[in-house]
Amino acid sequence: MLEMIVASSIKVIIVMLAVLTGCAYATYMERKVVAFMQHRIGPSYAGPYGLLQPIADAIKMAFKEDVVPDKVERITYALAPIASFVPSLLVFAVVPFSADFTLVGRQVTGVISDLNIGILFVFAITSLGVYGIVLAGWSSGSKYSLMGGIRSSAQMISYEISYGLSIVGVILIANTLSLRQLVEQQDTILHWYIWKQPLGFLLYLTCAIAETNRLPFDLPEAESELVGGYHTEYSSFRFAMFFIGEYANMIAVSCVGTTLFFGGWQGPFLPAGLSVIWFVIKVFCFMFFYIWLRATFPRFRYDQLMNFGWKVLFPLAVVNLLVTGLIVLW
Amino acid sequence: MTIDAVIFVISAVVAIFGAAMMIAQRNPVASVLYLILSLIAQAVIYVQLGALFVGIMLVIVYAGAIMVLFLFVIMLLNLRGSEELGKPSGRVSRFTKYVITLLFFVELIFVIRGVALPPAPELVTNQPDAFGSVKAVSMLLFTKYLYPFQLTGVLMLIAVVGAVVIARREHPGELPDDTAAESTLAETPKEGTKA
Amino acid sequence: MFETYYPILFLILFAVFLALVMAGASILIGKRTRLGKKGNPYECGIDPVGTTRDPVPVKFFLIAISFILFDIEVIFLLPWAVVARDLGMFGFVSILIFVTLVMIGYFYELGRGALKWD
Repeated sequence: MLEMIVASSIKVIIVMLAVLTGCAYATYMERKVVAFMQHRIGPSYAGPYGLLQPIADAIKMAFKEDVVPDKVERITYALAPIASFVPSLLVFAVVPFSADFTLVGRQVTGVISDLNIGILFVFAITSLGVYGIVLAGWSSGSKYSLMGGIRSSAQMISYEISYGLSIVGVILIANTLSLRQLVEQQDTILHWYIWKQPLGFLLYLTCAIAETNRLPFDLPEAESELVGGYHTEYSSFRFAMFFIGEYANMIAVSCVGTTLFFGGWQGPFLPAGLSVIWFVIKVFCFMFFYIWLRATFPRFRYDQLMNFGWKVLFPLAVVNLLVTGLIVLW
Repeated sequence: MTIDAVIFVISAVVAIFGAAMMIAQRNPVASVLYLILSLIAQAVIYVQLGALFVGIMLVIVYAGAIMVLFLFVIMLLNLRGSEELGKPSGRVSRFTKYVITLLFFVELIFVIRGVALPPAPELVTNQPDAFGSVKAVSMLLFTKYLYPFQLTGVLMLIAVVGAVVIARREHPGELPDDTAAESTLAETPKEGTKA
Repeated sequence: MFETYYPILFLILFAVFLALVMAGASILIGKRTRLGKKGNPYECGIDPVGTTRDPVPVKFFLIAISFILFDIEVIFLLPWAVVARDLGMFGFVSILIFVTLVMIGYFYELGRGALKWD
């Protein structure tokens, strides 16, 4: 019992540190990749190749003044960054990172908690993610925050339905709710569920980008009209928390996407203990795709965004699911 | 006390605390937040009892969807803090809510005492086919409770129609372009673009 | 049971702890000054005009209500996906009836322009 508690606590801390480091270096990667795509150099002064830039940013953030505007609703204002940050980390509780392996004679599972309803857990946490944004927008006492918060939350709930439907398609084929079993079923590249759910994958990808408020769906942060969107009035590390939350969400949907459609940690050549490398490579490709999109596409208009979500994605997701069901049962 | 019992007691206390604070708060947003807290604590209790599906649904549907609607409605009606609700008119009305709540609570105790409760099921096992698992609930939903399930579909259809009709009646004209509550929220704020 | 849920519990506590440390860090480390109009809401350097209490347009309310209903549709599709193979065609037909009912609502909304943005 005690051993289990110590072991899983250590695992949680390792994963959390990895995720937070991942978030920090996702910002670096984003700036570098976008810079190269635009024939710039990107961050290059802090450390070799600018590799210490995220650390410098974090220290800078911490030393900034935490300005709390006069008109805010104080308690809700303080709660909003926490409500945005915490759910973004919870998804990692059920994502299988690697195969089970033995470390100094001890059996280690490659997932923090092997919940047999892992997908539902992901879904539940995703549905809670909207509160940070609504509360931040509402409590800031600023026009831009309110507009950004409401737009953003309407966007998130609109795309959440298609997001859920695209996941249900995979459940239908896999016949399990456990993420671990999902990965085990996709043992070779031909068994990846992307081949069985190509439309489902495209739907997932689109909705995931909209859910994480990334370009081309980053309406909440439309600088030209909303200044900073729902976190306009936040500063210092509380602003950074929204930022980290956004990147953690990006990594989370990449992890879930990898698990659902690309076989998670499955891959040739590597022993079980190193299978996490395949997982990281696949997630990295997802992240690169995200950044590539940012460098390529202009931002949608809000009416285009909402119409696209409700009139294209939603009916498409329903049809995809019914057709999948018909094929599975045939 | 076992760890399970400790977790149960904590979540039960949090659930009741959240529900009580929800009633006691005058700030509508704080009320919603306490209700979410209460719902999540209740979900923990469901999960402990082995009703995984119900617990997760409680979070997804109630905490994740219906509470968002509540927040939107609060913003729609533009309720800010307590100042706009006015002061409670007197000592009597201030305590009315507590009295009514207490009455309901007493009634609930009598109702629960009147029912012969079945013995508590085994605490949750992480097995796929156990009682309360997703599979068990799903099978029941599509066999024994098929008609209620289909009726839910009818109910949802009526709800959609109702929502559209109500939104239309309050604001005559083409939906939703020239609604009375139209504001800068849906369009580009002029101040921002100029700057 | 506790073995499965302990890590999640610990993760929640750890995440909240991290959040509090982060939120506290800048309050403790960052300097504080109170000068002039620093407490005003952001407005590009000019005095804020108008109110921040604009009512939200009704269409956002409609979006929220549609979200609840179609989210419940997803919630009912989930159990079907889990037992679809056991139920066979019977299950498919019953879910088809259910989805048709809900989609009639969706097309009604479309027809009345409730999901229209411009």
